Amino acid sequence: MKQYLLSVYQPDGQPPPPKALEKIMQDVHAVRAEMKAAGAWVFTAGLHPASTATVIRVKDDEPLITDGPFTEGKEHLGGFSIIRAADLDAALEWARKLARATTLPIEVRPIQEDPPQ
Amino acid sequence: MMASLAAADIESVFRQEYGRAVAVLVRAFGDIDLAEEAVQDAFTAASERWPMSGLPPSPVGWIIATARNRAIDRLRREATREDRHAEATRLFSSDVVMPADLDVNPLPDDRLRLIFTCCHPALALNAQVALTLRLLAGLTTTEIARAFLVPEATMAQRLVRAKGKIRDARIPYKVPDARELPARIKGVLAVVYLLFNEGHTASSGDQLVRGELCEEAIRLGRLLAELLPNDPEVTGLLALVLLVESRRAARVGLRGELVRLADQDRSLWNGALIEEGQALVRKCLTWNRPGPYQIQAAINAVHSDARSAADTDWGQILRLYDQLIAIAPGPVVALNRAVAVAEVHGPHVALTLVDLLDLDRYYLFHAIRADFLRRLGRPSEAASAYDSAIGLCDNVVERLFLQARRQALD
Repeated sequence: MKQYLLSVYQPDGQPPPPKALEKIMQDVHAVRAEMKAAGAWVFTAGLHPASTATVIRVKDDEPLITDGPFTEGKEHLGGFSIIRAADLDAALEWARKLARATTLPIEVRPIQEDPPQ
Repeated sequence: MMASLAAADIESVFRQEYGRAVAVLVRAFGDIDLAEEAVQDAFTAASERWPMSGLPPSPVGWIIATARNRAIDRLRREATREDRHAEATRLFSSDVVMPADLDVNPLPDDRLRLIFTCCHPALALNAQVALTLRLLAGLTTTEIARAFLVPEATMAQRLVRAKGKIRDARIPYKVPDARELPARIKGVLAVVYLLFNEGHTASSGDQLVRGELCEEAIRLGRLLAELLPNDPEVTGLLALVLLVESRRAARVGLRGELVRLADQDRSLWNGALIEEGQALVRKCLTWNRPGPYQIQAAINAVHSDARSAADTDWGQILRLYDQLIAIAPGPVVALNRAVAVAEVHGPHVALTLVDLLDLDRYYLFHAIRADFLRRLGRPSEAASAYDSAIGLCDNVVERLFLQARRQALD
């Protein structure tokens, strides 16, 4: 089994109206329950908005701290899940369900196995 | 026993069997680079041995067995770099046959799996095309780069990146399950069709036709039809490319210029390809499950039936376009349909239809409009439409054709 990172990309600004959001949360929970039942779920996290992000760089051994997310743009990482899947097709199938539930694009990336010691 | 074996015979085995050998080795070792290197080593060995020994009873069996041994040798040699072997056996783990158990007789045909790997939708279309030509057709990186008029380094990088993604993201090496299969076949057919179209009318450069791309597309189309004999669209695509290919010799004049369908010397059409294509179209009709490739093949079959341009059954062609636009609507289909409308109902009706289309960036939109305007006796508007077409056309031969048409207005 391989692990994949499924990242949810969210537009900045106002969240959807409460009624729509409630439906989305319900659908997302249902997908997560399905992942758990299938033994595919490893980890999930939802993030606070990109406006709460802080970036730190080290230059000449001095930390340089900036306010805001690393990438500029109108969409940012809003949350992610780590799943186990046999191959990319299986991972894309979970991602398709998650994209439908969140109504947002999902980026699928393979996680390196056996990180170098 | 064959006396002497020409390099051309070995080349022909290579063209025919390269993809099959690579596909078997990929299944056995789960590593595309290893499979390619081993099969190339085996062909090198064959080119040294076969001219003396003659062709073995099963050339592809010999190639696969030799490649397997070379691959095992290579893995042993690299065993010090322990990661490599571990990586190779881990890939595609559900399906790995241990190299020692690899059965070369009877020969499994793994090419279908390899096609679906090469044409996986997670790969960019240009990467799908390049991988298919590299792994299944056995073209070198240099040949593929030349065919698509991109620098060799660009093409090499495209291939390395695609193979890296297959390995790291674990794009599976399998025929998709029944639920996914129709959509995935569509993707494979799109690659073959793109390849054929690029060969039929090169999108840039100074040659109209890149025959080697047409031939590779037809070879792949035949392979798909052999592997998926009951898929109507697979059969339809093969029929379509054969029928279009049948006119290739007539489509280019003595000075390399473009000759339109209406002006072609029909005695130059390839009767064998027409017959084969039309037989496939008839087979499609018996299935009665029409799809875009089948209908386009049928349209071309109608053209093939006409002894002269004047004999063309445009009514039948228009009915087929009506059917095509109903199942595959889109501005380019509408544009092509308008050409048939002009023949049946006149250029005035056709022009009205074309003017509704949002195809301002497409040179053929302007070229077809120009022709309608010319036929309607509106030369100055025709001239400006030809100018737009010429400005958007990147193929030298087509541009010369359009310039000649424009000059003929005066």
